[in-house]
Amino acid sequence: MIDREQVLHVARLARLELSEAELERMSEELSGILEHLDRISALDLDGVDPTSHVVALENVLRADVPWESLPRERALEQAPDRDDGAFRVPSPQA
Amino acid sequence: MASPTTSELLELTAAGALRRIDEGELPADEVFDAYAEVAAAEELNAYLWRAEPGTRPTPPSADESEQLRGLPVAVKDLFCTEGIKTTAGSRILEGYRPPYTATAVRRLSQAGARVLGKTNMDEFAMGSSNENSAYGPVLNPWDRARVPGGSSGGSAAAVAGRLAPWAIGTDTGGSIRQPASLCGIVGLKPTYGAISRYGMVAFASSLDQCGPLTRDVTDAALLLRAMEGRDPLDSTSVGIDGGVELPSREDLGGLRVGVARDFSHHAEGVEPGVAETFERSLATIEQLGGSIEEIELPHAEHGISAYYVLAPAEASANLARYDGVRYGLRVDGVADLVAMYERTRARGFGLEVKRRIMLGTYALSSGYYEAYYGSAQKVRTLIARDFERAFERCDLVVTPTSPSVAFELGARTADPLAMYLSDYFTVPMSLAGIPAISIPAGLAEPPGGGTPLPVGLQLAAPAFAESRLLDAAHALELAIDFQERPA
Repeated sequence: MIDREQVLHVARLARLELSEAELERMSEELSGILEHLDRISALDLDGVDPTSHVVALENVLRADVPWESLPRERALEQAPDRDDGAFRVPSPQA
Repeated sequence: MASPTTSELLELTAAGALRRIDEGELPADEVFDAYAEVAAAEELNAYLWRAEPGTRPTPPSADESEQLRGLPVAVKDLFCTEGIKTTAGSRILEGYRPPYTATAVRRLSQAGARVLGKTNMDEFAMGSSNENSAYGPVLNPWDRARVPGGSSGGSAAAVAGRLAPWAIGTDTGGSIRQPASLCGIVGLKPTYGAISRYGMVAFASSLDQCGPLTRDVTDAALLLRAMEGRDPLDSTSVGIDGGVELPSREDLGGLRVGVARDFSHHAEGVEPGVAETFERSLATIEQLGGSIEEIELPHAEHGISAYYVLAPAEASANLARYDGVRYGLRVDGVADLVAMYERTRARGFGLEVKRRIMLGTYALSSGYYEAYYGSAQKVRTLIARDFERAFERCDLVVTPTSPSVAFELGARTADPLAMYLSDYFTVPMSLAGIPAISIPAGLAEPPGGGTPLPVGLQLAAPAFAESRLLDAAHALELAIDFQERPA
């Protein structure tokens, strides 16, 4: 079970504002989904190595050669707000 | 031979069109123009952007030796295309015009293909019905009251509905194969690492893979050949050793085909019509000289549980970038930075995306990490091992692609878990990273009766054994001879 307080806590971690209706719905649906996912906790997983990646690759390196990157103006083009060659955001301490 | 009429032209496979272009029977531009016109007038909501009829884009290089001869290709709206809006099916990217093009699309252009349109999809590729698109659902060309599958539903509907000769999509847990199955076309998820993911909007990075949706297996091989290869911009891309041969096999002599009893037509929740079609496919395999081997995939049934921990966990991290700062939507009038993030994301993301971000954040949060994420990664190991063991005894594994035929719009939207189980047969291959293809196996009535709908057969092979997979699919395709078309 995941209760309302936990949903609120997770939503804060995820930087997601949830409406009252979404909160209620999420709490119910996530509980149902987690119950299904909990089936894997019944498996004996002792001594099994975790897989984070399926292709056997290690330390893919490239030569340290500079290449052209996106020009600053191009990178800023899509920004909702910008000023003086930078992204502009509301104050973090407001 | 006279040049084909427009309706004949729209029936051609891409390889068929290429042959006629090469033989001088068909001007290449005529193919693009014909598709631009039908795409502009489409009623399936398959496209989110289309090339204007009459404004044919010029391929970047006009090399006469280009294999794809200016043919149009539909591209899932998850691929960044320079200067062409790319939404990923989300409101949070409404109006976004990427400053660069995805490697897979760039390779297709270099091979001579032209982007015909960007196809509709479930938001951020999260969904199995296309109903999670912020721009409305795609309709299945076989029955417009039904879903095309997802998340590459626009690509599948466009190819099946003769609105594109072929298309590309992405598959994280079945997003190419399941819609291909529901729309009666071919869909290939290559081995993880076969094609670069650069410029593909990320969902779950350890699972996402690009692949073709086509009218036949040869076309799938052609697109794979044009797109595969190592890309310095995606360090997980390795390409396919030895490249891709076009399939030519017409029998399955000497091939051992594995069937897991509990992970095929006998699995819980498989519709009777799907099970019967699958049994017929097994008979066809034997008629073609293949042998059916009974195998076991004891952990495959836990694929969905592991997947719905791992994919949302990766997604919750990948989607952190949509914060209203660098591109896309921002909710204005908020004085505080964190509140701006929270409201922007609240307005920009749809319900399923929020659900998965929540699920993933929860699974990665302190105190739950090991129980969920850690365990799911171990289950992933067990599933990959199941396939390794199976491939010691057989050359291919077959399953139905989807437990059901196309379901009605709205049938599963109220029950996320029922929707997730649509990917029951496709998720384990994604977790193991191995290639799998869905080909049309026949038509079956939906439960309760009605117009017969397409059923897909899924074939899976060991990592990087695409040539074996395509060859077997080609032989089966010839024998099954699926000629039905949406009305």
